[in-house]
Amino acid sequence: MTKFILCACVFLLFSGMGGACAQPVESRQLVSKADLYDGKTVAYEGEAIGDIMVRGDHAWINVHDGSYAIGIWIKREAASAVTHTGGYKSKGDWVEVVGVLNKACPRHGGDLDIHAESLRVITPGALRREAVSQDKKTVVYILAGVLCLVMIASLFVKK
Amino acid sequence: MILKPNLDDIKNIGFYLGKVIIGLGLTMCLPILIGLIYGESSPIFDFMIAAEAALILGLALKTLCRSNKDLSWMQGMIVVSLSWIVAMFIGAIPLYLSGHWRSFLDACFDSMSGFATTGLALGQDLDHLSYTHNFWRHLIMFIGGQGIVVVALSFFIKGLSGAFKMYVGEARDERILPNVVHTSRFIWLVSLVYFVLGTSVLAIIASAGGMHISKALFHGACVFMTAFDTGGFCPQSQSILYYHSFPFEIATVVIMILGALNFKLHYHVWTGNRKEIYRNIETGTFFITVISAFLVTAVGLAQAGIYQGAFVLFRKGFYQLISGHTGTGFQTIYPQQFAGEWNDLAVVGVICGMALGGAVCSTTGAIKMLRLGIIFKAMAQDIKRIILPERAIVVKKFHHIRETFLQDTHVRPALLITLAYLLLYGIGTLVGMFFGYPFLHSLFESTSAAANVGLSCGITSSGMPALMKVVYILQMWAGRLEFMSVFTLVGFMVAAIRGK
Repeated sequence: MTKFILCACVFLLFSGMGGACAQPVESRQLVSKADLYDGKTVAYEGEAIGDIMVRGDHAWINVHDGSYAIGIWIKREAASAVTHTGGYKSKGDWVEVVGVLNKACPRHGGDLDIHAESLRVITPGALRREAVSQDKKTVVYILAGVLCLVMIASLFVKK
Repeated sequence: MILKPNLDDIKNIGFYLGKVIIGLGLTMCLPILIGLIYGESSPIFDFMIAAEAALILGLALKTLCRSNKDLSWMQGMIVVSLSWIVAMFIGAIPLYLSGHWRSFLDACFDSMSGFATTGLALGQDLDHLSYTHNFWRHLIMFIGGQGIVVVALSFFIKGLSGAFKMYVGEARDERILPNVVHTSRFIWLVSLVYFVLGTSVLAIIASAGGMHISKALFHGACVFMTAFDTGGFCPQSQSILYYHSFPFEIATVVIMILGALNFKLHYHVWTGNRKEIYRNIETGTFFITVISAFLVTAVGLAQAGIYQGAFVLFRKGFYQLISGHTGTGFQTIYPQQFAGEWNDLAVVGVICGMALGGAVCSTTGAIKMLRLGIIFKAMAQDIKRIILPERAIVVKKFHHIRETFLQDTHVRPALLITLAYLLLYGIGTLVGMFFGYPFLHSLFESTSAAANVGLSCGITSSGMPALMKVVYILQMWAGRLEFMSVFTLVGFMVAAIRGK
């Protein structure tokens, strides 16, 4: 009976390593310990940034979790779930990607990437309203005044 | 006896420094224009503050130090070295105001990194940076690559007989055309023609790769500016890895190599003398060093066994190497992969490439090919002298635009500058090790800063010690100006204190 329980534990441990990691792994971990995750299915969370670059029936999405952005190679239909990508005027969708991490993907020229099996939008992104600080406006006006004075002074010095 | 600088020296320096600062302030109209196009109001205010500050300072200096005298060699060199320091501070103002840099020192670091065409960056959350600020990051690389004073010479200073002294101070000791202002304008012509071509090619590739055409054009222009001026900033935090595109990588490799060639060579090729490409000592030396450094890198990568297949190994290995050798600093791997996955041999291959650089009178930093070629020719000459009978006269020639007999007057400055670069690489390495970083990583980052490359193995970050940031800033500055104007400034300061 003890042997059976021990074998079951070992089986569960190893099958867990080969299968999907339930907890999302941070990009810092994926990049610095890529050997550990190479070829394995991982869950990764972050903000979709920049552009969704469609290439045939697939697309590239770059997902940034605060440390690094990692390229996600995903089916075009699945990528369409992402409606906002991060930029100056927008906060991108916060997504969870489950897929296989490649330390040096042979299909994509040795890039460290994730070939996604699924993508889920956890928090939708939104457009950001830009606000100009009043302090900045005040400084601009003061400096403009000083600049005018210096220009006038320089004209007098010329004469 | 050391002579104390007199008031005329200071007035002359202040007057021309003022002109350069006004020029810099006026260039800020370009990012303001970008802000207007993309409807970004807050960044426009950041640039208005910086431009006004620059114009006030420049105008005040020009007015207070009014002078009609020509610049002496010493004054010209000091104007150049001070211009770069002032440019760093002014260029940092809009970056700091954006809120993407944790301190003004960090903003100064990126500003100097931009002007010196290095490419090391401390900016935070670059993926959310405005188009306006992003454009400025790339524009300062373009301006710095051409030379801040070259910009002023081309557009703001007319018919100045002391212009050549400032031109030389920016590590451009070769005149392409008889008049130095015409030379500056030719450099701009070459750059602008390539700008149109390069931007179009990159934009077409990016657009075909799934990017919207308006964004593709912006990215094309930014990446061209930093590739041709061998800078290395990129609009996104992932550098070139962001694009996931082999054609984009090929295009940037071609642009980086074009940027690493001597502008004089460009001139001769443009005027029909295509044979110069093969005959020139610089292109020959560049070809040999690229092949040699790549072989070292490739053997290292093969030993490490990271990349499956020769093509993948070539694509990753050659890209990082040529990016380092041309002094650009684009990466298609993460900085931590250099430190964690590449073995020491592969890293040493890239360090060698970074330390050597491209051609003189180009936008690259580091030792440069002409000096290396001359040193090797001199070594060959000495070896021949030992082997041949004592009475034999050994003569060596080298071809750089024209055939020249190799003389000690060529070898001595080449060796001196090479030695100065090696010392600079060494000082930065020691500082890195002082703060506890491993030797090879410290050497990598120090060489990258001093040779104005921008590749990083992960040391450069906002969290690194402030002293290291200052040391890297000084390395970038001294490395870009190739020491002479920096030494002159130090001498001037010593004379001001101890002179009689």
